[in-house]
Amino acid sequence: MSLVQIEPGGHSSRILDPKTAPPFPDAAKTDLRDTQLRRNVVRATDTIQGKRAALVAEKSDWQALRDAGAAIRREALANLDRYLLEFEQRFQAAGGTVHWAASAAEANRIVLQILQREAASEIIKIKSMTTAEIGLNEYLAQHGVAAHETDLAELILQLGGDQPSHIVVPALHKNRQQVREIFARTMGLPDLSDDPEALTAAARQYLREKFLRVKTAICGANFLIAETGGITIVESEGNGRMCLTLPETLIAIVGIEKVIPRFADLEVLLQTLPRSATGERMNPYNSIWSGVVPGDGPKKMHVVLLDNGRSRVLRDAIGRQTLQCIRCGACQNACPVYRQTGGHAYGSVYAGPIGAILTPQLEDMRHAQSLPYASSLCGACYEVCPVKINIPEVLVHLRSRVVDRGRRKLASFFDQERAGMMAMAAVFANHRRYGAAQRLARIGQRTIHHGEAWYHWLPGMAGRWTETRDLAPLPQQTFREWWHQRGRS
Amino acid sequence: MRIVLFITCYNDTLFPRTGQSVVRVLERLGHTVEFPIEQTCCGQMHFNTGYRREAYPLAKRSVEIFSNAEAVCIPSSSCVAMMREYYPALARENEDAEMATAVAQLLPRIFEFSELLVDRLEVTDVGAYFPHRVTYHASCHGLRSLHLGDKPLQLLRAVRGLELVPLEGLEQCCGFGGTFAVKNADVSAAMLTEKTRAVLNTRAEVCTACDNSCLMHMQGMLHRQFAGVRTLHIAEILAGTEDTPA
Repeated sequence: MSLVQIEPGGHSSRILDPKTAPPFPDAAKTDLRDTQLRRNVVRATDTIQGKRAALVAEKSDWQALRDAGAAIRREALANLDRYLLEFEQRFQAAGGTVHWAASAAEANRIVLQILQREAASEIIKIKSMTTAEIGLNEYLAQHGVAAHETDLAELILQLGGDQPSHIVVPALHKNRQQVREIFARTMGLPDLSDDPEALTAAARQYLREKFLRVKTAICGANFLIAETGGITIVESEGNGRMCLTLPETLIAIVGIEKVIPRFADLEVLLQTLPRSATGERMNPYNSIWSGVVPGDGPKKMHVVLLDNGRSRVLRDAIGRQTLQCIRCGACQNACPVYRQTGGHAYGSVYAGPIGAILTPQLEDMRHAQSLPYASSLCGACYEVCPVKINIPEVLVHLRSRVVDRGRRKLASFFDQERAGMMAMAAVFANHRRYGAAQRLARIGQRTIHHGEAWYHWLPGMAGRWTETRDLAPLPQQTFREWWHQRGRS
Repeated sequence: MRIVLFITCYNDTLFPRTGQSVVRVLERLGHTVEFPIEQTCCGQMHFNTGYRREAYPLAKRSVEIFSNAEAVCIPSSSCVAMMREYYPALARENEDAEMATAVAQLLPRIFEFSELLVDRLEVTDVGAYFPHRVTYHASCHGLRSLHLGDKPLQLLRAVRGLELVPLEGLEQCCGFGGTFAVKNADVSAAMLTEKTRAVLNTRAEVCTACDNSCLMHMQGMLHRQFAGVRTLHIAEILAGTEDTPA
């Protein structure tokens, strides 16, 4: 019996909002007790990582592809104003409509207005983290529009009342027995087996009727191509292709950073993205819509370009590389922290290392301040990133922004960590002071500690160490004392 | 060769035997070791925790102290990584052109201990004897920043009597991460549990590494569990001989 009882769908009521989410350590503590979740996360991330590693190994030019991908994304971000306008001009010339949304609220309003003009009471959706970021489904529900997720993982989450825990595999924290339970209960299929084929067949049956009936689709985009005015969507299930071809109206909600300069840039990015994301050489379905084509596909196409904090991130010389992200999720699969906690503890739809740097910046460092510390700085994320975002560099940079904000606050004078760091800085500034501090610490130790025994308990912050780990006492002699003594003898 | 030792504050204060072992190995190989007494800390702890402003003077003084050295030996991968990856950035963001020049001149001459032996001194057999079953933990900084690869393993394989067993999940972090170990103590413990399980599965008596920070973390849990495994910095293994065992 586990120590903590996890109710079925235990986290189902949790909405991933960085403004209200608990600090990462607190949320993680709860999820670390969920043995089923941890088993599912380790199993899924190990599987994807294994597939990725095998496919990366067969590319002799992998590092060159990473460099090229980073260069393309940097160029796009450095000239974002020009490329976005170029995209807008081309896409509109081809019969599409472009909308600009400064905030999540504005994007939601724009979408609702389009739907109201169409008199649409329901929509079908392709998996989109951007729509999750702005809380589109919840907003539409409040205004009487039903959003039907068509991606298998998103469907599992929607039917289970759950939230995404991974940017590519959003239901990664559920295993097939749990999926069977959700489908059996919500689709009214008591005899459903947990065989993956049976589960996908049930989903297909459930979705098909919606594909044929609903006239409006909402999607995100993997890339916007400035040169051609194209919306690129890659996917593995074919649900995307259905949403992109059957409906009469298509609305894409896309972060402004998703633009790339040229069609030819896909040559690089469509090699690195599927290998990094799902461990495939190529996605089974690659769709590019460059405006409205008479007699083929949607008759009306809208693109909502979403800022929602991104242009502010762009101003930060170190932080801006975060926007190079092509949402492959490789950093999540490689992260030893994510491996233990899964994604929900990050309190945002963007979990894992990329979430730890993206979310606080999108929130202008006002929320999610614990996230830059949710990393041991092991560097596994940077190593796998197909566009070479130096995530550890951004993490330590954001930590300094957290610390610098705190410097202006009176309460910081009473902060244990800050006091310790200031004292240590003063000690390290001078080697005599440093040597004296070493001796003083040893004298202090004598008052509470005798003999060779290790510490099993320590006060204050250090007590977090001794909850699970012992600590050796300070040695009787420092290296510099030994060196000094040796020189004399 | 005249080799200057940057022992690092962590080893100086908590693991003096590591520094002593480095001195023994290098002197046994016929080199002269110097220890500038002015040295303290490279600034890594402050930098990584967000105290960038405080890290800068520590970095600056470290660069000045070692600027005349022909070769600097640093028995800590994470401190070497701090210097290589972030000293140039600290000089740049503080618009310190003098430091930037000094850093550029210093970096090619700093070596992590196993790098110094294998790359600079071109030696893998240091004449060591250590009759124990040993597993090697690749620290994250050694693995991904310094790309130490199999350099430490080359050194360990040349040790007489040593039985080397591979550690499963070598690329996985042990969960130390400096202040991460207390700021995210629960996640850190979960990561450490996975790591110590892998260590125990090897049935090794000793777990070694090029970083005492990881080893202190792993030893902390192994000691709590009465697991019967001790941790030793690679220098301490390489210092051992038939006459003076490690």
